[in-house]
Amino acid sequence: MISIDLIQHTAEILMDKAAIEIPEDYLDGLKSAAEVEDGDLSSFVLQAMLENYEVAKEDRRAMCGDTGTPRWYVKMGNETKIEGGPIALEAALRRATANATNGVPLRPNRVHPLWRTDHDNNVGIGAPEIEYGYEPGGEWIDLITVHKGGLFGTDYRMLFPSDGIQGIKRFYLDSLVSFGKRGLACQPAIIGIGLGGCKDTCMVLGKRAACLRTVGDRNTDPKIAELELELKELGNSIGMGAMGFVGKSMVIDTHIEVGYCHTGGMQMSVHAFCLSSRRAVARIYEDGQVEYRTNPNWFTDYQRRETVEWETSTDHEKSA
Amino acid sequence: MGNINRPREVRLSTTPSKDELSDLKLGDIVYLDGLMYTAREGVYIRALEEKANIPMDLPSQSATNFHCSPAARINPDGTFEMGAVTATASFRFAKWLPEWLEKSGAKLVIGKGGMRSKDYKEYFVPNGAIYLSTVGYGTGALLGRGIESVESVHWNEELGLAQAMWVIKCNKMGPFIVASDSEGNCLFERENKRISANLDKVYEGTVPATLKRFGETDDKSDELIG
Repeated sequence: MISIDLIQHTAEILMDKAAIEIPEDYLDGLKSAAEVEDGDLSSFVLQAMLENYEVAKEDRRAMCGDTGTPRWYVKMGNETKIEGGPIALEAALRRATANATNGVPLRPNRVHPLWRTDHDNNVGIGAPEIEYGYEPGGEWIDLITVHKGGLFGTDYRMLFPSDGIQGIKRFYLDSLVSFGKRGLACQPAIIGIGLGGCKDTCMVLGKRAACLRTVGDRNTDPKIAELELELKELGNSIGMGAMGFVGKSMVIDTHIEVGYCHTGGMQMSVHAFCLSSRRAVARIYEDGQVEYRTNPNWFTDYQRRETVEWETSTDHEKSA
Repeated sequence: MGNINRPREVRLSTTPSKDELSDLKLGDIVYLDGLMYTAREGVYIRALEEKANIPMDLPSQSATNFHCSPAARINPDGTFEMGAVTATASFRFAKWLPEWLEKSGAKLVIGKGGMRSKDYKEYFVPNGAIYLSTVGYGTGALLGRGIESVESVHWNEELGLAQAMWVIKCNKMGPFIVASDSEGNCLFERENKRISANLDKVYEGTVPATLKRFGETDDKSDELIG
């Protein structure tokens, strides 16, 4: 049984870490981009960002004034039991979100879409989102918080098999070029692409590809992995850098996730996880041990399974 | 990195003189001293459409309008805690800005992404105003360090913390980039034009989607913001 107090306490620490500490993988990716950037203004911007991450950590203040829309991805081993059950879990995550909004402080971004009511705590109808995943075996819970920012950089389109890879490239470029102008997408970004599924799941896949995979991680399908690298290079060949200035750093990495779709379609979504790629993760074990990390490790073999049955062999358990 | 030209840096008051403003060039880096206030759609609607009295003496107290919602809280004892501040995209406020510039006397508008040169020429230049863009975007912690103190917050009960009018005392707050000049030229349009020249080559071989959408443009140099 995992203690509900420990869950809330850990969740509050994660909210703080996500807002303040840039994940190491993104930081390394940005440093590599800064090394090759030769646009005067773009280069100045990247240097300022690198300095900003240091200041955020030193002062323990949020790295960006727009602290995004906090959400939770929760994953559990099959044997996990939570004190008070799923209702208590959701209450703990909502409390942690509200407390950290006031504590860090974060910007109280969440308002009613029509009445613009602001509870000043990032909690409201459907906020924060809480999504779930499960893994075979184990008695642990992973708490992942992502505070994705921005109103720009995300799009969806119904493509068809006849559009092919060249159609995928076109929509990818369209998304980067249109949202990259004037830097509205806050690039260079981690670009997540969802392919297939239904319209809603296509959006979910793309968002998770952007937010739940680390820079340098490749899809386990070697052909998709190759396409990821090709699209990353294509994005960086546009000639646009940070803030839409002339430059070459548009994309820190490109991740693709797929889901089986209607036989007539090839749904595609594009998501941009910005210069403040806020994510933080902790695994809580049944014995009260807590391990903090920045890699969500969401997309295991189990999450990408395509068979009817899943054999819980030791091989598969390793992937959890 | 060796052959990168570092842009010129300028330190400026939030109530700058006409000469100081006309000296600014596109791409200059600016650091600010003095009082600035945040104002975005909530403040504009309240001040301009609902005709509420602006709770500051403008522009004598401040001629700098920041399109910003800070990551901040009001403590139980009435003091303020402001961590990070960054800008929000300004093009959405074009409908209120002509009247706001006239009424508030703002000379510096700080935000994200700038406006069109058409906006600069039509109502920035006549009001003697310059647009400064934040950097990144997302140098929230750096800008936070430039806050000497939070002087006050207005309309927080009516508008919520994110839309309220925060009054901030700055000490070398920056960096900001000069994105418009006294002739109404636009830094982002200049950059966009240079980038657009290369786009046909980048798009080579790709195909437009089989199913079109309403309102679609295929002019890749179109700035799409108005």
